[in-house]
This record gives sequence, C-alpha cells and structure tokens, in this order.
Amino acid sequence: MSAETKRLALRGVGKQFGDLNVLGDVSIDVAPGEFVSILGPSGAGKSTIFQILTGGTKADTGVIAFDGSELADASDKFALMPQKDALMPWRRIVDNATLGLEVQGLSRKTAREKVAPLFEEFGLAGFEQHYPHQLSGGMRQRVALLRTVIQQRQMLLLDEPFGALDALTRTAMQQWLERMWGQHNWTALLITHDVREAVFLSDRIYVLSARPARVTHEIRVPLARPRRVADLASPEATRIEAELLEALLGT
Amino acid sequence: MSASTTALQRWWHAVWPASTLIAAIVLAWEVYARFSGVKPTTLPSPSRVVEQLISNAPALADNALPTIIATASGFALSVTSAFVFSILVDFVRPLRRALFPVFIISQTLPLVAIAPLVVLWFGFGLLPKILLIALVTFFPMMVSLVQGYDSTDKDMEWLLRSMGAGRRKVFLLARLPSAIPYFFTGLRISITYAVVGAIFAEYSGAAKGLGIYMLSAKNNFRPDLVLAAVFCSAFITLVLFGMTVVLERVSTPWVRREGEAQ
Ligand SMILES: Nc1ncnc2c1ncn2[C@@H]1O[C@H](COP(=O)(O)OP(=O)(O)O)[C@@H](O)[C@H]1O
Ligand SMILES: [Mg+2]
Repeated sequence: MSAETKRLALRGVGKQFGDLNVLGDVSIDVAPGEFVSILGPSGAGKSTIFQILTGGTKADTGVIAFDGSELADASDKFALMPQKDALMPWRRIVDNATLGLEVQGLSRKTAREKVAPLFEEFGLAGFEQHYPHQLSGGMRQRVALLRTVIQQRQMLLLDEPFGALDALTRTAMQQWLERMWGQHNWTALLITHDVREAVFLSDRIYVLSARPARVTHEIRVPLARPRRVADLASPEATRIEAELLEALLGT
Repeated sequence: MSASTTALQRWWHAVWPASTLIAAIVLAWEVYARFSGVKPTTLPSPSRVVEQLISNAPALADNALPTIIATASGFALSVTSAFVFSILVDFVRPLRRALFPVFIISQTLPLVAIAPLVVLWFGFGLLPKILLIALVTFFPMMVSLVQGYDSTDKDMEWLLRSMGAGRRKVFLLARLPSAIPYFFTGLRISITYAVVGAIFAEYSGAAKGLGIYMLSAKNNFRPDLVLAAVFCSAFITLVLFGMTVVLERVSTPWVRREGEAQ
C-alpha cells in the first residue's frame, strides 16, 4: 500500500520533554478500517504519541500525515479515549456520552437523540440517567467508548482502555469490542501493555522499546474475524504471543 | 414506616455522642454555679442564662436581625467577589502571582486592630460590617475555588481539548464543576468566620446588633445577658452552617454519601 492510501502515517516522530528523551524515532502506519496496536513498556511514551496526534503537545521532529496530507495543528480527525475513563462524575451517563457532541455545538436535546439508539448496543440501556459512580468498571469503560465513537471522527485513539479492569471483566470487554469491531466500520489505534489483548484485537501490532521509544517490531495478526477467546489458544496466536513477549522482554 | 425509623436511628447514631457531651458540660456548669458559691455576676448558671434569654427575647431578636443582615450581605459580597477573582486568576496566570501575596497579607491583619479603624472610616452603618466580613471570608473562599479548579483531572482536560474545546469550554465543562466540592468546603468554613466577623465589627461600634448588645451587657455587669447573646450568635452560625450543608446536598446529587443506598 502506498503512503497516500494510509489513514495515518507517522514518520520519524521524536519528542523530548526538557532533558527527558521520550520518543526517539517512531514510524507507524494505519490503513483505513485497520485495527493497529502499540505495545510497549509503561513510561515508554505511548500516551505521548496520542498527545501529539490530538494537539496536546507538538513533536520535535518527524512528519505526520492523515489521508495523505499533513496533519493540521488542532486536529478534528481523532476521537480519544484516555487511559482512565475520565467520565465526569457530575454528569449523568447520557450526558457523559454526548460530551463530544456538546463540545461540537449540538444542543443537549439533539445530542441525546443522537446517542439514544446506541445504549442498547453498548449494554447501557436503562442506565442513561445514572451517575458514573453507580456503574461498574466495565460499564464505565463502555460509556467512555460510546462517548468516543459517537463523535464520528475518522479514527479512534484508545489509550489502555481496559487497563484498570479485573482480568475477567477485561476479557469480557475485549470480546465485546471485537464484536463491535465486526459491526462498525472503524479505524483504530490502540495502546496497551497487554500482549493477549493486542493479539486478540489487532490486525497489526507495533512493539516499542523503552525510552527513548522506537519501533522494534511490527507483527501481523492474520487470525480470521470474528475472533473468539478460544482462538487465542490456536497455534498461530500462541506463536505470535510468544514472539511479542520475546520482543518486549528482549529489548 | 420502617424506612423513616432507620433514618431516625441513623440520625440519632450520628448525634448522640456530641449531644451527650454537651449535656454533661452544661450539667457540670449548672452544678458548679449553684453550689460553689460563685456570684451570678461572675458566672451565671445555664438555667439563669436560659431564663434571661426568654425574658429578653424581643431585645435579643431586635439585635440579632442587624447581625444576620450584615452577615448575609457581607458573605454574599465576599462569595461573589471571590468567584469573580478566582475566574480572573484562573485565566490570567500572572494575575495570580500578583494578587495572592496581597491577599495573604490581608489575612495577617489582626481583626482587633482593623475593626475599630474600619468603623472609624466608614461609620456605624452596614458598610464597615460588610467590609470586615468580606475581609475575613474572601480569601478562604477564593483559595478553595482556585484549588478546586486545579484539582481538575488532567485526562478530562485533554479529552475536552481533543474534542475541540477551547479554554472557555474546558473551564465551563471541567474546571468549574470540579471546583464545586471545594467551593462548599470553603463555604462551610467561611460562614462561621462571617458571623464572628460581624460580631467583631459590631463590638467595635454599631447602633444595633448582637456585638454591641454583648458589649453593653458586659459593661453593665450582666454576664448572663452576654451569654444569652452568645447563645443567639451560636444558633445563627449553626443555622447558616446547616443551610450550606443542605445546599451542598441538593446541588451535588452525584456525590455518593455515607449510608446512602446505591
Ligand atoms: N507534558 C509532559 N511534560 C513532561 N514530561 C512528560 C509529559 N508528558 C509525559 N511526560 C513524561 O514522558 C514519559 C512518557 O510518558 P507517557 O507517554 O505517558 O508513557 P506511557 O503512556 O508509555 O506509559 C513519562 O516519563 C512522563 O513522565
Ligand atoms: Mg500511558
């Protein structure tokens, strides 16, 4: 695939915070409709990549292209899901879900109408009027994801979305996301430090080194979709998992 | 009606230790005042204070009203200006560095010395009282608000900016709501300062008010009346405090509270 057909292309992106060299030289591609994961040790600078994409900070070096042209400063291309769910405790679930629409200038009423049909699909029906503290961790993550996808941006940036959940809930959420992935035409970049999560969800995985981060491996996951948890036990998946672990621990 | 019974039991569970202690103190005081031979003009018994409270109720109410008015207007001015200034220093950072030292110095001024001066400059009317109350409550309110803004979750701000929100929207959607619990903490602390400030201002000179009532009762060697007025001011403070608690409850329905069902 040529660079022009890429949805997102990072080339030689570098970033320093004062004396801290966070991103060494990061090059990452994402094609339209592709699910790509970034796997790396914590503190490597993974979230910093998202900061740069969303205009939270500027890269020192490198170029970033979106659909073939250079990414504008304050980008409206991405819908972000931050590491913690960042739900607003003072907003009801429905109003948390519509936050992005409200920022875009939609009236509360229009925004609510737009999001209403999705509650069923996200397993949140009946909880529209609840406050975040009344929901379980898994449900909160689904609200955060709903808040992300409802913005209808061209690409989803998911920063360790299930990192704070217990193992069982996390697996359930991964299964659920995989199912959603099959039904929607999303393009996503996922940050994770969970090897199985990366294998289960991704079409392609980039492995980052510790600071200053650079891409050490790029691994394809040719497992057929829709995927089920049992597929993780297949020889193919086990081989990729081992390869990833070796890549992470070897560097 | 089992629900209301348990609510009552919960309430009793919360208040009985303090009520018992207060009852014990009052009882000890009563016993001491009656049987130690101390003169009522030195230490009146609680029962005598209550007696005087009842027989002087019209005069006390007459003097409590100006105190309540001064407290309410001074506090309203203080909260409003603290709110305006907190927004200013949140948007204009250099202003924070310029204003905070000045406000901190204002907090070091001893009220005992300042109150008579303010009365001297602005007379016996409402204005000096409002100013003194604002002086003692403005800074705690302002600090609470600024701390509240700064407590905003960084991811929440990042999220809003990624959605295309500018500074104004980030403030309205994240920073301001994040400050609400801090605001109420500040409110609860400063409302008690406000009553004390009002009484202090009246003590330094006023036509009417609990402060000046206390002063003249003291000069007439009537500690029973002083204590009756003290009781009134404590009652006013408690009512105002209770109002802030109720206000906080109704305006923050999202806060999970102890003993509340999920
Ligand atoms: N705005 C910032 N200013 C200074 N240092 C930062 C900033 N953002 C991140 N860092 C530092 O950069 C490093 C990488 O952070 P981050 O990208 O969040 O790592 P990861 O998401 O891979 O765990 C950390 O050491 C962090 O403290
Ligand atoms: Mg991170």
